[in-house]
Amino acid sequence: MNKFTLSTIVENKALSSDVYLITVKLPFRIDAKPGQFCILRVNGRLDPLLGRPFSIFDLEGETVKFLYRIKGKGTKILSEMKENEKISFIGPLGKWYPYPEGNFLVVAGGIGIASVYYLIKKFPERAIVFYGVRLKNEIFFFEEIKKFAKEIYVSTEEGEFGYKGVITELFQNKAKNLDLPIYACGPMLMIKELKKIVNDRKCYVAVEERMACGVGACLGCVINTVNGLKRVCTDGAVFELRELIL
Amino acid sequence: MKPSLKVKIGSLELKNPVLTASGTFGYGLEYSQFIDLNLLGGIIIKGLSLKPKKGNPPPRIYETPCGMLNSIGLQNIGYEAFVKEKLPFLRKFNTKIVVNFFGENLDEYIEIANKLSKTDGVDALEMNISCPNKETKWRKMGTEPELLRKAVKEVRAVVNKTLIVKLTPQVTDIAYMAKIVEDEGADAVSLINTFPAMVVDIKTRSSVLGTLTGGLSGPAIRPIAVRATWEVCKAVKIPVIGIGGIVDYSDALQFLIVGAKAVAVGTANFINPYATVEIIEGIERFLIEEGINNINDIIGSINEKANNAYN
Ligand SMILES: Cc1cc2nc3c(=O)[nH]c(=O)nc-3n(C[C@H](O)[C@H](O)[C@H](O)COP(=O)(O)OP(=O)(O)OC[C@H]3O[C@@H](n4cnc5c(N)ncnc54)[C@H](O)[C@@H]3O)c2cc1C
Ligand SMILES: Cc1cc2nc3c(=O)[nH]c(=O)nc-3n(C[C@H](O)[C@H](O)[C@H](O)COP(=O)(O)O)c2cc1C
Ligand code: FES
Repeated sequence: MNKFTLSTIVENKALSSDVYLITVKLPFRIDAKPGQFCILRVNGRLDPLLGRPFSIFDLEGETVKFLYRIKGKGTKILSEMKENEKISFIGPLGKWYPYPEGNFLVVAGGIGIASVYYLIKKFPERAIVFYGVRLKNEIFFFEEIKKFAKEIYVSTEEGEFGYKGVITELFQNKAKNLDLPIYACGPMLMIKELKKIVNDRKCYVAVEERMACGVGACLGCVINTVNGLKRVCTDGAVFELRELIL
Repeated sequence: MKPSLKVKIGSLELKNPVLTASGTFGYGLEYSQFIDLNLLGGIIIKGLSLKPKKGNPPPRIYETPCGMLNSIGLQNIGYEAFVKEKLPFLRKFNTKIVVNFFGENLDEYIEIANKLSKTDGVDALEMNISCPNKETKWRKMGTEPELLRKAVKEVRAVVNKTLIVKLTPQVTDIAYMAKIVEDEGADAVSLINTFPAMVVDIKTRSSVLGTLTGGLSGPAIRPIAVRATWEVCKAVKIPVIGIGGIVDYSDALQFLIVGAKAVAVGTANFINPYATVEIIEGIERFLIEEGINNINDIIGSINEKANNAYN
């Protein structure tokens, strides 16, 4: 059952110049699964009008965390909100990552880590994580991921930390032939590269599209798939990679 | 005592004047997880055509100041699937089901209107006169008076239920168009549909949507919608349903005061799934505060003297 409610900001912390971790408290517990998302909306104003979708980064009872990057007007305003302020909340929404049976591979690019962190945490010691960023200071929650994951590999563009290059290269070198399901979230460029590497293997990716309702009613968030147009908000945001027409 | 919120649109009796606007409430099911659909005056279903329609290429939405553009392109599951898969669920609720419909040409309009008129469980029809087919002359049905006249006449001839015609604001004189609709026998008019609009990405120098233009909705269009509703209410005797940018009960009341018998809430559902229910409660509260026992006493109660408060 989806909930629409006012949540209270417990903490809204800058982790870098443009990435924040917001913790909100709901009036009740929610049951959400890794890969699902919520829509947050700055209450009481008409501009920005629509809520903004964010992946559930972490969840404990009635406390939900989101990791977000300032991108435009909405996220800028969100970043300026303070403790105890209210924010309207719809969620949990969308499909989740099908649960892995054994070990699994994770490929995350940049802020895409927000979508897979909870999955890595929920199935401790089972994820082999590939986490790519541009610069070293864009690696977030490295110690935590290291703790929960079975293995972690990082890449930075200039090689300041970990592998020098893009994460799909590192993934290809290390994991191309591992017969494990893959869970991925990141920029479209990364997803496209990944598609070339994994061919028809089981690979689940969370994708983004602009949203209005978030519940399948407006048909605004559709993307092209081999099975026709699908709504990211309700048919996704997690899709099988082979289904997507990129 | 609780005030009466009942209104009539043709032969259609609504328990309150709040409906959901077509295309913004899906097939009802999507919002039944949030609100009790029994509370609504009625549900206006997403635009329906004879055959399923794929709609426009993504991206389809873009936020604008206090509003949004959409270029959904009337994607829908088609008449057969609607009747089989959606209508039985909707019929479980004690609310009126209004089906918004369109065709690729006048023959298709007539055919689907005829079918819907004979479909049990459909309480009323709302004719969307913004024909999507760019190839035929009927694309101008909403804006050319003589095409509108012929279209409404022929559709009316096959519809035995309450027929509402939904007007586009893209005309010089919307009251004149409403009058034509009334003359040709429609039971009600609803207005307004979205405004064709455009946003350009200056980096790519292309439109932000998959199609070049989209329809503007939301609070940004509300004052225009109120003005248009007021003009239409003065011009016709048939009931008017006011639509455009309604977010809360006070917005809804503006439409009622200028003469609308009912309102439909669109974009607001996206920003608050409880919007319709809160609007109904707000209207009721307002009537109690104002000591008004019947909603019909406030409908059309606009004081047309200019506001002289500052003189
Ligand atoms: C299912 C899903 C999960 C997401 N999870 C996260 C997350 O965990 N962390 C994070 O930082 N970001 C996430 N995003 C992207 C985030 O929603 C956008 O960055 C945000 O909406 C930008 O809003 P803005 O007002 O700052 O930007 P603006 O560009 O000013 O926004 C204008 C409009 O475009 C939409 N929009 C802009 N960028 C995107 C985008 N990439 N995807 C979808 N809509 C967009 C906005 O929602 C808004 O309606 C997610 C997106 C989706 C669809
Ligand atoms: C996403 C979306 C889809 C819509 N689809 C339809 C439709 O199928 N048929 C129709 O007559 N109007 C459609 N409309 C127009 C609305 O019913 C309404 O007239 C308009 O949005 C203005 O009201 P609002 O500002 O409250 O949204 C749509 C509007 C939106 C935002
Ligand atoms: S956001 Fe409305 S259908 Fe997905």
